[in-house]
Amino acid sequence: MKRRTLLATAALALGMTVGGGAFAAGMDHVKACFVYVGPIGDGGYTYQHNQGRLDLEKALGDKVETAYQESVPEGADAERVLTQMALGGCNIIFTTSFGYMDATNAVAKKFPDVKFEHATGFKRESPNVSTYNARFYEGRVVQGTIAGMMTKSNKIGYIGSYPIPEVLRGLNAYYLAAKKVNPDVELSVIWAYTWFDPAKEADAAKAMIEQGVDVIAQHTDSTAPLAEAAKTPGVIGFGQASDMAAYKPSPRVTSTIDNWGPYYIKRVQALLDGTYEQTDSWEGIASGEVEIGEITDALPPEVKAAAEAARDAIADGSRHAFTGPINKQDGTAWLADGQTPPDGDLLGMNFYVEGIKGDIPQ
Amino acid sequence: MDFMGITPSVLIASLMVASVPIMLAAIGELVVEKAGVLNLGVEGMMIMGAICGFVTAVGTGSPLLGFLGGAAGGAALSVIFALLTQVFLTNQVATGLALTLFGLGLSSLIGQDYVGIKPPATGAIPFGPLRDIPFFGKVFFSHDWMVYASVAIIALVWAGLKFTRAGLILRAVGEGHDAAHALGYKVIRIRVLAILFGGAMAGLGGAYISLVRVPQWTDGITSGAGWIALAIVVFASWKPWRVLIGSYLFGGITVLQLNLQAAGARIPVEYLSMSPYLMTIIVLVIMSSGKGRASLNAPASLGQNFHASR
Amino acid sequence: MLRLEKRPTPSRFWSWGTPVLAVALTMIAGGMLFALLGKDPFLAIKTIFWDPLFGEFAWYLRGQLLVKAGPLALIAVGLSLGFRAGIWNIGAEGQYIMGAVFGAAVGLAVYPTESRLIFPVMILAGAFGGWVWAMIPAILKTRFNTNEILVSLMLVYVAETILSKAATGFLRNPEGHGFPGSRSFSNYPAAHNPEIFAGTGMHWGVVAAFIAVIFCYVLLQRHIVGFQIKLAGQAPRAARFAGVDPNRLVVLCLGLSGALAGLAGVFEVSGPAGQISIDFSSGYGFTAIIVAFLGRLNPLGILLASLVMALTYVGGEGASTDLGLPKAAIQAFQGMLLFFLLGADLLSNYRIRFTLIGKETR
Repeated sequence: MKRRTLLATAALALGMTVGGGAFAAGMDHVKACFVYVGPIGDGGYTYQHNQGRLDLEKALGDKVETAYQESVPEGADAERVLTQMALGGCNIIFTTSFGYMDATNAVAKKFPDVKFEHATGFKRESPNVSTYNARFYEGRVVQGTIAGMMTKSNKIGYIGSYPIPEVLRGLNAYYLAAKKVNPDVELSVIWAYTWFDPAKEADAAKAMIEQGVDVIAQHTDSTAPLAEAAKTPGVIGFGQASDMAAYKPSPRVTSTIDNWGPYYIKRVQALLDGTYEQTDSWEGIASGEVEIGEITDALPPEVKAAAEAARDAIADGSRHAFTGPINKQDGTAWLADGQTPPDGDLLGMNFYVEGIKGDIPQ
Repeated sequence: MDFMGITPSVLIASLMVASVPIMLAAIGELVVEKAGVLNLGVEGMMIMGAICGFVTAVGTGSPLLGFLGGAAGGAALSVIFALLTQVFLTNQVATGLALTLFGLGLSSLIGQDYVGIKPPATGAIPFGPLRDIPFFGKVFFSHDWMVYASVAIIALVWAGLKFTRAGLILRAVGEGHDAAHALGYKVIRIRVLAILFGGAMAGLGGAYISLVRVPQWTDGITSGAGWIALAIVVFASWKPWRVLIGSYLFGGITVLQLNLQAAGARIPVEYLSMSPYLMTIIVLVIMSSGKGRASLNAPASLGQNFHASR
Repeated sequence: MLRLEKRPTPSRFWSWGTPVLAVALTMIAGGMLFALLGKDPFLAIKTIFWDPLFGEFAWYLRGQLLVKAGPLALIAVGLSLGFRAGIWNIGAEGQYIMGAVFGAAVGLAVYPTESRLIFPVMILAGAFGGWVWAMIPAILKTRFNTNEILVSLMLVYVAETILSKAATGFLRNPEGHGFPGSRSFSNYPAAHNPEIFAGTGMHWGVVAAFIAVIFCYVLLQRHIVGFQIKLAGQAPRAARFAGVDPNRLVVLCLGLSGALAGLAGVFEVSGPAGQISIDFSSGYGFTAIIVAFLGRLNPLGILLASLVMALTYVGGEGASTDLGLPKAAIQAFQGMLLFFLLGADLLSNYRIRFTLIGKETR
């Protein structure tokens, strides 16, 4: 553990010279740094985080200076990049992928004066680590409502990346919302085992369309499924992570946008004001982190109205994506009538809800 | 006529489209390897083709010019490989890998302003009533023109290698560059031309991904297609028509795997997604252990550099 | 008229001179690229090549060079043996992954037992995993004459699927709330591969790399097997007459390179990477091929080449964060460096002659 103290001392010395160490009293100027898992040109997940960074620059002007590093592999590389950033005078570092969890916590221990913000994780091992996430599954309710009303074949599809809680939450929410408006709906699931492989995603969408699926939701990041849907009249889909506005008004009838800007601005502003505290943030549509993109007029008025109603009901808290009674796929009870799940259940979700066919790959 | 909920004609039609990029890249690499050069930079050339084709198509509004631009982009990158391996006599394996690294970086730099744009559409050829023939209409007459062009290119390469003098010389260079040199053939020049052809074909394949398959530009859009193309060349034991079969097999398994999932078949997904690779290995073993000894079909000078000492 | 004449033995002067020349040329070409992107070329070059070695934070980054160079050298030195003998193992990435999966599986199977034996057994399991994965192409090559380039390459994809299966399935952390990824080795002392001397970046994998370099050097210079390898590469027919069994050589070279790649994998997973995750594979196996050639298939050369490669990674990260250079520019820059290094090799193997009569054509 000698290296840790060595580093901590060095960081402390450095912190003195750049004028850190005065967090509680607020700051005149903040250097905010971002670590991205993909290239900023991926048009999806990382692209949206970078948009959030640009929003931050725009909002706070010369009070903030930003730096970023793209395509950082998880593991040793992440730890080095984080250390380099902390040494280089970053006051707050946003690590934007789940896989940076251990690296973030390890580096944070060595630099107690630097704030770390880890996206989508759950470990906060030292007081300078906060976590943040967005309730993307709330957007799936809007999509599911549209899917249930719009499908003519009663077959709707979901292209999953990996069978992990984040994806299963979205998938279950999508199905439940669709079933609520259309009890006959059937869900077809394809696990692509990739976050990003445009050709494979296109093939997956194509396979679904050939099976008669006419509404496709995706949990992978490229616009390929939408482009595929565009080739067949009557098939619709949704923008994922970014707005994917190029496919408006149809097949992209609405979108779930990762809007990180408000959170980034809030946190850096707090640092400037001296009101910064460790948090575990998990916001959704209400606070604007999950933004529902324009619901286009390609939908019939009553569907559009229902989708907007679903969005607004979630925003004002009158509806929850998971409201009992809900059983798990095997028929065991999960939520009683009217009950909503604790966040712990949502975070660790590893099952299909009742009615979805097939098995989760184990 | 369904099998586990999958319509065969639909499956075949979609695998034909899915395999165009790898088929084009593989047939280009086949010519390169026939000339005795091993270019492992296919992935890099494909992605250069993808971005150059995309930029050209968006700029001009014409998919045709886009494909030409893609071919030009792939060929331009292959010039570096040709220069290094043929003039500077560098190791082909290492140079090819470096080419992929460079191509991935450069394509991303060029593509920075092209994220989120939709390219002009490449439509299907209107075959009219032919499309309505049961089974065959869907399989043969429902595609865009590049699908037919790619098969035509296979036929041309096959005929060119087999029946023309240029093809004979190319094979001679690949089988034994010293003998070819002694016969007065310009080994280096022929190899450079083969490399350029390979680059152009890889570029064309890449452009098909960014203009038709996916249609969009994002970093790393080819996601490994170039490596598959390399595999198909060996799988095909350097025979053009087998490239066609190999590409359809590869494209087919991926498409089948996704179709089975969509149809709700209870199959272990993760094992199916490794099946194309395992299949290739098995087929390779069968082919190379049989009487034909496919590996003997490899160009004798493959991967060796040529330097005329006198 | 310029003419090339093969040197009987590589030039001693140029074999040291070419890397310097190549680096100089890369700086010029790369500087032009950076200037085109609107960055200060001198600052960028300094950040990449100077700062990690002698800059403000060199005390930290020098160690990180070892962390990055260790696995590269370990894999490359194994590969170089096969490459010298004309045996092309392109699938070191797969062997690296399997080494990590095997090693991690052994360590996690006995969690949380504390015993001094666990780490050594894990290391053996890792080497075994890599060896097994390399034995597949080796046996297919010797029994069925199947092309080893292709088989080893295909097995990379198979290994990647197994890796994602491990991260989401059989090695997943049971206390990880269903998130993908295994338990962290940094919290499991008996299986952890820590820094041996704090702050130096030196972990057991780096030590293993040094040992492997020395071992291969001795093997090639002093041992009959080394002689056979060289002979088989330079004159396969002569080797046969000299009683070299090509099959034995294939099994030996593939096995050794696989075991070393597996070692690199298990040291990485138990040390710097810290856990099995979906994105554990980071291309070391492919980069090592380039490193092997940059080092001219010579063990000592490989050691240097791996450090140069590591420098461009670590320095590139700095340039990316501090100067906002896109990661893609760094990739293109690395590509250039490799082109120049490979191209400049011509000078050490050939002599350039100027002839007045232009009759010589080829």
